[in-house]
Amino acid sequence: MTLWWIADAVLLFLVVPIVVLLLAGILKAARSIMESVDQIERATAAGSKDLDAAALLLTTRDQVRQTVAVVAGYGGSLDVILDDAE
Amino acid sequence: MLPIAAIGPGTGSIVVVALIVLVVVYFLVSTILALRKITSGLDRVIGNVGEILDKSKPVEEIVTDINGQLDAGVDLLEGLLVKKAGLVDAVGLIDGLYPGAAAAGLRNFPDSTTVDAPRISEVYTKGTLTLARLGREAPIARGNPAGAVLRNIEGGSLAARLLYPEERQGRPPALPRSPVIGTDAPVQYEQRDDIGKPRKRLPSA
Repeated sequence: MTLWWIADAVLLFLVVPIVVLLLAGILKAARSIMESVDQIERATAAGSKDLDAAALLLTTRDQVRQTVAVVAGYGGSLDVILDDAE
Repeated sequence: MLPIAAIGPGTGSIVVVALIVLVVVYFLVSTILALRKITSGLDRVIGNVGEILDKSKPVEEIVTDINGQLDAGVDLLEGLLVKKAGLVDAVGLIDGLYPGAAAAGLRNFPDSTTVDAPRISEVYTKGTLTLARLGREAPIARGNPAGAVLRNIEGGSLAARLLYPEERQGRPPALPRSPVIGTDAPVQYEQRDDIGKPRKRLPSA
């Protein structure tokens, strides 16, 4: 009978705190992962929004093509107008 | 109320085990809820990452194309400049417009890095040139021909102003402020009614 009481006491004062400690650690880790996931979500949303301007690269490419074509035209004209150095 | 002595060790065991089960259930349910939130958050993250991948997919091709176009433009301009001015004068021209740029040389002309850039295309202010023509003391005469060009592309106006004596650089300490006009002006003037109307005629004598 006494041993049983001792076993109960061990169960209550040793096993229960250990179980609580371990499970609390798991819960704390899971909650910290939640915060990290929230931060990652905000970062990816901001990154995706920043990349909205990537579509403007098409306009930039077209304008660069036009500019280089105009420069090539001017260069060709200068090549005809001006004498070579040697 | 039951007396303590009436509770046996078996009952105590049951109570303790029930307590353990309650604790385990509480923490496991909390953990499950946290994991569900993590799962939904990761789903949103995956969606955002997918958007990023979709949006950034054509960037490499476009940027490569732009770089190719710009390379062609640089090749064209460098070739034309060297063809028309010669390598030495081309390097001197570039160094005159962008001091120090001659050290980098021309991309398609590796020999340009060894060229001693001649001092051409230096830009002087009109006043400096006028003083030089008049034979008066001019910074041009004081400058060392072997030194760097006088033009400072980053502070052109300041460099030009520093060419003159200090008295010429001085500014009035405090100029009167411009008057404030408009309906909110601190000084309001009465509106004249006779503006735009026929001039008053004096009574005939």
